[in-house]
Formats: sequence, C-alpha cells, structure tokens
Amino acid sequence: MFALSRSVIRERSWSLLVDTLVFSVIAATIYALLNVARSWFGAATPQAQISQSPAALPAYAFYSLVRIGAAYLLSLVFAIAYGYVAAYYSRLETVMIAVLDILQSIPVLSFLPGVMLAMVSLFPSRQLGVELGSIILIFTGQVWNMAFSFYSSLKAIPRELHEAAAIYRFNAWQRFIELELPFGVIGLVWNSIVSVAGGWFFLMACEMFVLGKNDFRLPGLGSYLQTAAGAGDTRAILWGLGAMITVIVLLDQLVWRPAIAWSERFKFEQVEQATEVYSPILHLFRQSRAFIWLRTRAFTPAWERLTSSLAQRQRPAAPSRAARPSKAFPIAAGLVLLLALYALIRAAVVLSGLTRPELTSTIVAAGATFLRVTLSLAIAALWTIPAGVAIGFHPKLARMAQPLAQIAASVPATALFPVVLLVLVRIGGGLGVASVLLMLLGTQWYVLFNVIAGATSIPTELREASSVFRFSARQEWTTLILPGIFPYLITGLITASGGAWNASIVAEYFHFQGKTLTTTGLGAQISSASESANFDLLLLSTIVMAVLVVCVNRLVWRRLYHLGETRFRLET
Amino acid sequence: MPVEEPIIEARRVEKFYGERGGTRIQVVAPTDLAIRSGEIVALLGPSGSGKSTLLRILTGLAKPSSGEVLWHGQPLEGPCVNVAIVFQSFALFPWLTVLDNVQAPLQARGVPLAERMKRSLRILDAVGLDGFEGAFPKELSGGMKQRVGFARALVVEPEVLFMDEPFSALDVLTAENLRKELLELWEDRKMPTRAVFIVTHNIEEAVTLADRVIVLGKNPGRIRADFKVVVPRPREHNDSRFLHTVDYIYRVLTQPDLTPAPTPGVPAAAPAGAPAGRPPYPMLPHARPGGIAGILELLVDRGGRENLHHLADDLAFELDDLLPIVEAASMLGFIVVTEGDAEITTEGREFAEADILQRKELFRGAAQNVALIRQITRSLEAKADHSLQEEFFYDLLEEHFSDDEIKRQLETAINWGRYAELFDYNSTTERFYIPKDTPEAALPQNVAGH
Repeated sequence: MFALSRSVIRERSWSLLVDTLVFSVIAATIYALLNVARSWFGAATPQAQISQSPAALPAYAFYSLVRIGAAYLLSLVFAIAYGYVAAYYSRLETVMIAVLDILQSIPVLSFLPGVMLAMVSLFPSRQLGVELGSIILIFTGQVWNMAFSFYSSLKAIPRELHEAAAIYRFNAWQRFIELELPFGVIGLVWNSIVSVAGGWFFLMACEMFVLGKNDFRLPGLGSYLQTAAGAGDTRAILWGLGAMITVIVLLDQLVWRPAIAWSERFKFEQVEQATEVYSPILHLFRQSRAFIWLRTRAFTPAWERLTSSLAQRQRPAAPSRAARPSKAFPIAAGLVLLLALYALIRAAVVLSGLTRPELTSTIVAAGATFLRVTLSLAIAALWTIPAGVAIGFHPKLARMAQPLAQIAASVPATALFPVVLLVLVRIGGGLGVASVLLMLLGTQWYVLFNVIAGATSIPTELREASSVFRFSARQEWTTLILPGIFPYLITGLITASGGAWNASIVAEYFHFQGKTLTTTGLGAQISSASESANFDLLLLSTIVMAVLVVCVNRLVWRRLYHLGETRFRLET
Repeated sequence: MPVEEPIIEARRVEKFYGERGGTRIQVVAPTDLAIRSGEIVALLGPSGSGKSTLLRILTGLAKPSSGEVLWHGQPLEGPCVNVAIVFQSFALFPWLTVLDNVQAPLQARGVPLAERMKRSLRILDAVGLDGFEGAFPKELSGGMKQRVGFARALVVEPEVLFMDEPFSALDVLTAENLRKELLELWEDRKMPTRAVFIVTHNIEEAVTLADRVIVLGKNPGRIRADFKVVVPRPREHNDSRFLHTVDYIYRVLTQPDLTPAPTPGVPAAAPAGAPAGRPPYPMLPHARPGGIAGILELLVDRGGRENLHHLADDLAFELDDLLPIVEAASMLGFIVVTEGDAEITTEGREFAEADILQRKELFRGAAQNVALIRQITRSLEAKADHSLQEEFFYDLLEEHFSDDEIKRQLETAINWGRYAELFDYNSTTERFYIPKDTPEAALPQNVAGH
C-alpha cells in the first residue's frame, strides 16, 4: 500500500514538471525554427562567415540538427514509398533492388555537383537553394539502407496476416497503418539510427565544399569543425567536437532510446520475452497530462474521422480498376529506358573525352583505395574478433563495455579526424596511414557489435561441451567460436566494407592547417574532381567505385553470406 | 427435404502451376463443391491434397486456374463477399489489443466507434474473453489467442465461417475444449453464421464437428468421398457409429487407387474420378526410417495386425504423422493395408526383429522397389565417377511436382539413401554420390596415387 501511494505522488509531481518542460521545449523550437526559416528565405549567402567562437556553437548545432532532421524526414518518406513499390510491383522489384544496391555504393560527393547546381538554379536568389542542396546531400547518405529495410520488412509479412487483412476488407490505408508500417517499424528505427549516424559522419562534407569557382559554406557544426581544422585551431576543434558529442548523446537519450523502447511493442512475437528496453523519457512522456489530453481530444477523433471516411469511400470502386495499369506501365517503362539510354550515351561521350593519364591514374587510385579498405577491414576484424568474443562470453564485461562502446561508436569519426591528424602529423605519419585509420574509426563498430551478437548467440551447451571434451584453445576457436560467429562477422564486414568505401572521400582528401592533404586514391580523386568541377573525371571515378563495390559485393560478400546462412547457421 | 440453393458453389475449379513445355503441375484436379445453409462441412485430407488452396479459392483470396466460384449464383470476384476466416496461426495483429483486433474488421467497413465497441464487446463476451479486452495477443495462451480469432471472425457476422485447421496449433486438451464450445455456439444458434466450412487433417475432429465430410486425395488434390455424417449429437468417441465412420475414412485414405463404394452415410455427391492423363509419379511419403521401424515394432507387439485408427489414437498421431509412415511401410513391402487395418508382412516382421546392421541390409533390399530410390541409384551407377549434380534429379522430377515438393522428395530420398547406404549427398557441392567402401579409397585420389 505504502509503495503504491508513494509512486502515485511521484508520478503526479513529475507530470507537472514534464508538462512545463514540454511546453518550453515546444516554444523554444518554434522560435528557433522561425529563425531558421528567416535565414532560408532570406537572400542567398552561400559563403557564410564561420565564426570560431564557442558562443556561436548552440546556433550552429541547431542549424545542423535541422538539416539532418529535414534530410531524415525526407529519407523516411522516400524509403517507405520506395520499399512499398519495390515490394508490391513484382515487375519493378528486381530492377529497383539492383538500383538500390548501386546507389548505396555511390559516395555523397558524387551527387554533389548535380544536386547543388540543380538546387541553386531552382532558387537562385534565396538561401533555400543552397540549404536544400545540403539537405539532399545528407539525404543521399542516409536513405538507401532505410529503403532496403522497409522493403525487406514488407516481404517478410506472413501470408496469413495479409490474408486476414484481405478477408476483413482492410482498405489500403488501414492495411498500411495496422499491418505494413507496424511490421517495418523496428527495422526502420534501427536503420534510422545508423542512417542519422551516417549523416553526422558526412556533415562536414555536406556543409562546406568547393564546387569549381564557387565556395559553399553553410552555418553549422560541420563547417565550424572544418574551418577549425583548416586553420589548425586546436581549441576550436575541441569545442566543436564537444558540441557535436553533446548533441549526439542528447539525441540518443531524447529520441532514439524512447523510439527503441516504443518500437518494442511492434515486435512480431507470439510469446512475451523477458528483456525489455526501458526509456525513462518515454515513460515520462506517457505520464504527461498535455500528451494524454492531445491524444484523447485531438488525435483519436481525427483519426476516427479519417479512417471511417476512407472506409466508406473505398467500397464501391473495387472491381473495375483491374486492367488500367497494364497500359500505363509499358509507356512509363519505355520512357525510363529512353532516358537511361540517353544518359548512357552522354556518359559514353563524356568518358571518351578523357585522357590516357586520367584513365591510368583512376586505375591506380582504385587499387590504392581497394588496398586501404581491405587493410582497414583486416585490422577491424583482427581486434574486434577477440574483443567481441570476450565481451560476448562474459556478461559482466559486457555490462561495462557495451555502453562505452556505444558512446565511442556514436562519435562520428570525421569529427575526430582533425585530432587524429594533429597527433599523426606530430609523430610523422602521412595521410596514407591516417586515411586507413579514419576508415577503421568509422567502420570497426559494425564489426564489433556483430561479433558480440554472434558470441552471445553461441549456446552455452556447446561451450560446455568443448570444455568437457578438453578442447585446446586452438581447437575451440576453430571448431566452435569462429564458425559460430561467422554469419555475424560477415554481416558486420559487409556493412563495414560499404562504409569504408564511402568514407574514402573524406579520408583521402582533407583541408588541414591551411594546406590540402591528399593521397593517391579513388576517394581523393572524387573529392578533387568535384572541387575543381572536373565532371568527366568525377563521373569516371564514381562509375569505377560503384562497379568495384557492387562487384566485390556480388563476388565475395554475397557468397560468404550465403555460406554463413547455410553451413554455419546455429539451428536449435 | 427441399433442395436449397447453395451459398457457395464451385464449378470445375482447379489449380495448376506452370505449363512450361506442355507439362503442368496439377495441385487440385477439377472439383465441384457446394456449401449450403445450415451445415458444418469438414474438408479432410492429408498434406498436399490442396485443402488450403480450395479454401482460399472458395473465399476469393485465390483465383482458380480454371472453373468458377458462385456466390448465391453470382460469379465471385476477390474477397468482397461476407465471409470470415479463422487461421491456423491465428493471424492476429500483435501490436493491437484484443479489442482492437476484433474491432479492426468493423472499422474497415466504416462502422462508427460506439457501435463498433458494442458489437465487439458482445462477441468477446460470447467467446469467453471478458476481461481480456486490453491484453495484447502475446500475453495470451494459444487457446485464448484462437478465441480472439473466433471473435474477430464472428464480429462481422459472416454468412459462411471458414476455418483453416483452427485447432492444429493447440494442445490436445485446449483443442477439445474449444471444439466443444464452438459446437455449443453453433447449436444454440448464438453464432451469426449460416454455414461453417472447416479444413482439417484430423479425422476425429471432422467426424465430431461436421454434418458433412469431404475427403480429399492427393497428387493431385481431388474429392475421394463426400458424405453426410449420421452419428447423432452429442457425438461420443466410443459410439460404434462414430468409430465406423472414422474407420471408413481411414479406408478411403489408405487405398488411393480404389473408388470407395459403400458409404456409412448418405452419399451427398458422386466423388470425382481420378483425373485423366498420365499416371502420377509414385510419390515418396515423407517418413523417416526410424518412424517406419517404430510402427513395425508396435505391430509385432499387437500380434501383427492393427486397426489404423487405434494406432493413431495410441500414438496420439494426427493424419499427417501416421499416413506417411503407413504409406512408406507399405511401399517397402513391410505391411499390407486392407480395410483400414495394417498387417505386417514376413519381410516386415524380419525387419522389426533384426539388429541395426541387418535392418540396413533389409531396408536396402526393400528400397530397390521404390521408384525414386531405384532411379537415383541406377543413374549414379551408370556414371563413371558415381556422382551427379542435384539438378539432374531436379529436372527429372520437375514435370511431376512443384518446386517445394521436389525439395521434400529429394530430402526424403537422401534420408532413405543414407540409411540404406545406397548413396550419399554433399550439401556443399550439391552432388549425389555413391560412397566408396574401402577407407583407402576415401582418401583424396592424388595423394593415394603417389
């Protein structure tokens, strides 16, 4: 009785606090957004003066946050639409998935000239053009895996649930809200986290760049950090890094944790599981009176009206629509094919104008980046396998190491890069070494977390068996641990490999202490081609990178993945 | 009794796949079927007889490859008629509460909130889910989940209630209990439906519930018998008429080549004959050698002959557990099935009493009479290196079975082949091969040569 009454009082007092907090946050957000809007719709100032004062950081952080948020919302809408079409139109499915595969392997900077020129010419006199360009650039870095996640969720919906929706005459909207979206939510949340992390990773590249004669600088955290690095201002670098980490940690606590905890209810499980993710913020939110009021007074009635109007409108139109799309489809497909053919011819013309040295340098650069990516993967595997297995096998260690690793992983490696360079320049390593290190910093976490997951999935009984039969350490590794983590390791390495290729554009080419550091590599070539507006070379190196990544995926990773899924699957 | 117009009528519906190079895989042979008001119809058949396919065709969820389905004499287009389905896997939306799950179909029909609540709560009450409105499906036991499935189906007041093996995911006691409650709802006219159509592979369930039983045969699916159950209700499992009906169904199912003649009830329709055309490829029943040995040992214990119904009962086996084993044993010549009884043969007795090595020997001999096993062994022997790609056999079976069935056929063949030590299969290279006997020969050849 005592415990109960106490908890009631505590919740009440909290909820008042939460209400005030919610209102003040909303008010502050509206004010800040109005400010952002004023600057966006104001005259174009593509080269903002980037202040190096720490006092400018809160505003910069907010600008960056808005950009990443807008890009993320755009990604979410696009991902859902793309996944939906790919999953339900079987004629488009294979093509759309292949396109996704290729787009995923194209680094952000390759989209830069096209996106920026288009946006700036759309809104020549407004800041909006430049801002939209930056947002779309961030978007190209985070959308693809989300689209793929939603697509595969849709494909995984059990047939009987689809049939239940059909037999009980759900309309398209109800099916989407009650079946498809809930089924995809968990995948979308986890991929959103990865995507937004990717957004922070490429933020520096997306907020400040040179395109031929034009120098673009948008006020934000990324440009702050890049300016600081360019000037070699250690103090400003550290301030910027601190601000970024703060924003990321806050975002994790205020957005992603609650989102994960909320998405738990969409787990497709038949029996309840013991472990649950808990988020105090979400708990507080659910207690908030303002929130409850909004839900019962505004949200539910509006929802009710929407679904019932849709339900009534849906009924008569059902049968007659069967034949129509078949006519539109060939025309649309023909148009797309024609466009693709035109683009192909143009590309061929452009590429034929390239000089021989450019071609040979591209091949050399591709080889160099390939070696770097491979090396970074090898190093990642080398340290994460023992560490991950140790963490996975010892729950006590896991409890300590996991949160630390998560924080470390959430810091975008690009923001750390200036610090790393400072140290490396002092001890005499060049960008060749540093770029491998940056790739490693950015991608090793995928491998580590997957190895941990793999190690935890090895049944205790198998480990007991290996100790009962007195396996030597070597025997235990070769017969139990390595095969056991194999599928997970491969999944981690696939993600890491994609990430490392994309990271090469920032790793191999860097403005630092007033100089441009660069090393031989495809990423450096893409960066410099984009900066000097050499579109022919940019096109060539982008194609080479996409082809390389897709080929490596098909020839190496997909086979290993298949092997992992068939031979090394732990079945119970 | 006046002949009433059927609610649903299927005319010459059939389902087949592909027609590559003129061959097609027939899943369901042309079938006529009608559901009339006031009856519970049970569609009974072993796995692979196209039961679920037929159910989906009748509800409009799937289109027949040819033939048509009529609803009150009107052709059916898509699932837009007033029916409901209770699914084997429940098919509840895990993120909706019990109440929301039941409300969802009404919401889809644009029923206003207040009315929706009233009807949902009333139906939840009727199926005994009072107090569970706010629970999520994952918090409920299997039986409770299926009650939600029933409530969701009944809330739309369907003309015909379809059920796709609704009790097979539940334990025996829960299933028995739910069956009883369903019958009570039906007999007390508390159920707002005019007919019930239940797909099952449980013979006793069919005889307990149904006014009319339709027995399907497989390969391809077709109606083997269609009769009224004349056992008075409430039906007791030890009633002689009940047992007689169960035995009759066993007899129909275990003698695929016979047209069943004497029916225990009133014949409701003439069973469609076997489809014309080439004789079906003898299908391997999916039984493991261990299961076959088990049945043979049990038969020896019972004096060599036993009623199939009793066997199933004693082992708590359902149709899909027992039938493949019985078919396999009779294919191997270990038992003979007559009149719903299994009788052990001399070979069968010898096998049951042998030790493990002799058993393999006997199995090897018997398996030579099985078409697919013989075919694989001969093809492998004909090759110089005694090995063949899996694809070769895939192509061989392609014109007879669907892709999934080919996979299962080959899986069973591998299992039998390994037990008989006739051939083996390497899942990495996807090749069938005959293992070499001597240990030296098993070494890599270039090493052994030097």
